[in-house]
Order: sequence, then C-alpha cells, then structure tokens
Amino acid sequence: MKRILFAVLGGASLASLVGVAQADGDPRRGEALYKVYCTQCHGLEGNGRGVNTPDMAVLPRNHTDRGEMSARTDEDLFKAIQGGGKAVNKSVLMPAWGGNLDESEIRDLIAYLRELCCKNTQ
Amino acid sequence: MRSTRPFRLLAALVSCLPIAAFADARLVETQCAGCHALTRPDYDALGIGERAERRGPPLYYAGNKFREEWLVEWLQRPERVRPGGVFAPAHAVTTPEGDVIDEASLPEHPALSAADAESAAKYLMTLRPYDELIEAQAYEPGTIALRLGQMNFSKFKGCDSCHRDAPDRGGVSGPELYTAWERLQPGFIAAYIADPVAFDPHSIMPKAGLPPDEVKKLADYLKALSETGQ
Repeated sequence: MKRILFAVLGGASLASLVGVAQADGDPRRGEALYKVYCTQCHGLEGNGRGVNTPDMAVLPRNHTDRGEMSARTDEDLFKAIQGGGKAVNKSVLMPAWGGNLDESEIRDLIAYLRELCCKNTQ
Repeated sequence: MRSTRPFRLLAALVSCLPIAAFADARLVETQCAGCHALTRPDYDALGIGERAERRGPPLYYAGNKFREEWLVEWLQRPERVRPGGVFAPAHAVTTPEGDVIDEASLPEHPALSAADAESAAKYLMTLRPYDELIEAQAYEPGTIALRLGQMNFSKFKGCDSCHRDAPDRGGVSGPELYTAWERLQPGFIAAYIADPVAFDPHSIMPKAGLPPDEVKKLADYLKALSETGQ
C-alpha cells in the first residue's frame, strides 16, 4: 500500500514538475522562435492565415482563438509541436519540430502561445 | 653586377600561386558576401534572430549543394527560386484574406557576366564542408511513379505546405522544387531532407527523422518532376 502511495505521489509530483517547467517557458524567447518557425503558416498575427495557407486543405490553428487554445493543455501543445499534427491525431501539414527545437525551446513557445491566445482577454 | 637570382626566385614562386583561384575567391567575396554567408556563422552566438534577418541563403556549403552548370547559367539569368524571399514572413503583409507576399519588397538578384558567372561558380564549388554528411546518406537515384510521388509529397508528408512542386501549387516560404533536380546535387537533396539542421542549425525545414527509404521516395519524386517537365 505504501509503495502504491509513493508511486502515486511520485507521479503527481513529476507531473507538477513538468507542468511548472512548461509554465516557466520564456515568452520573449518563444516569440522570437514563433516568428521564425511558425508565422509562415500560422500568420504574422497568429490567426492561422499565414502566407502558405491559400493552397492548404486544412487551415492551421488560429492561436488567437481563446476558446480553442484554452481547450488544449500545455502537454497537448508540447506533443503537437514536438511530434507534429500526427502525434495528436491532427493534420500532417503541421510538421514535427522535435528535431529542430529542444524541449526548453518548445516550452518557450508554449509560454508565448499562452500570451497570444489570452493576454488581451484575461 | 648584382645577381638577379632573388628576383627570378620570387617570379617563380609567384607563378606557382593559384592566381586564378584567388581571383575567383575575390570576386565572390566582393559580389556575394554582403548577402550570403561564405563561412559558417557562429549560430549559437547569433541566436535564432539571425534566421529572420538573412538577406540570402548561406553559401558556405554551395559546393555540396548546387550543380555547377546550373550556377553558371543562373548567375547570368537569375530567376526567383524562393517565391516568398529568403525569409517569407519578412516580405508578408496582413490582409483581411490572410497574409500575402508583398512582391514589391522582394529584391532582384544581380546578374553576372558570363566570365564572372564561370569564375564565381568555380569558387563556390570548392566550398564543401559537408562531404561526409552526403556520403553517409548514400542516396542512389531511382524512379517513382509521378502520381504516387506527388501524393507522398503532399498528402503523406505535407511538403507542399511550404514548397511548390508546380508553379501554381504549394506554399511560398520554401524554395520551389519543380526545378530542384536541375539546381541541386542528388546527394544533397537526400542528405538535406534527412537532416536539414546538420547543414544549417537555423533551417526552417523540419528535421522529420525520415528513414532512408522515405527520403529516397521524396528525392526520386523531384527527379521524376524533372523528367516530365512538370
């Protein structure tokens, strides 16, 4: 019983550590990364209407949509950025960036995404 | 009478120097270095902002990348390879219908004389820091049915998000690929698809971790495109 309790507590504290680490991303570094890696599809304003979108069968996520973005956990976003659309059962048009960005950079991006979706409506 | 021996020795030494190669290098340094990196930048020190500020693609691995005959021709009659410029968001403007490329903001590449194009291409082909990366990929060009290749390129791999495989189809932030086979060395195409970050740590092409057979399918598709003239 004690072992199970430790396992549960250990799992919980690990999850909270991951959560804290993701929330601790630097939004300013994330903004610089977003500009380079994301704006061509997600748009200069993050509205999902980048220069690459006219021929796309599936439009990129609108990162300024508070409702849509609030429904995604940091873990969902981490998975989608690292593993691409396929990793979260979405379109292959969203590539996997895990070979270009390290985990800390992905957390920076998530911190910026949270600003982009919700900073003006909080 | 003073001996002329030292002068003769100096003349002999000078005649041994690769004067032509020096002139080729000098031409590229004066004509190209303003917009293109001719040596590998210190990417860590520059940070990711460097990618957004580039004025031209890096050329420090041009000898691994381009076909020399294409370079000679293109430098005399340059045509835009990147529909959205070297960093598309820098040329984008927001409109109610979405972002569009401001064509007027795209710079024209200067045209060189035939002699200068030959000379520049000759020097650029000496820049080959990535021979090992290309050899490691060991790509042997093969064939793929055009329709299957197209479906793989777009539907399965999503390459058309950023690249055009026909003048009127695909994204604009990456270089167009319908002339890639004429432009690029086959080994480079495969090695770059496999690991663009190894060539350029700030590449905005995803390192997808594709196995060699998947890399081959994509490279063979670019070959197939060149054969059909699509």
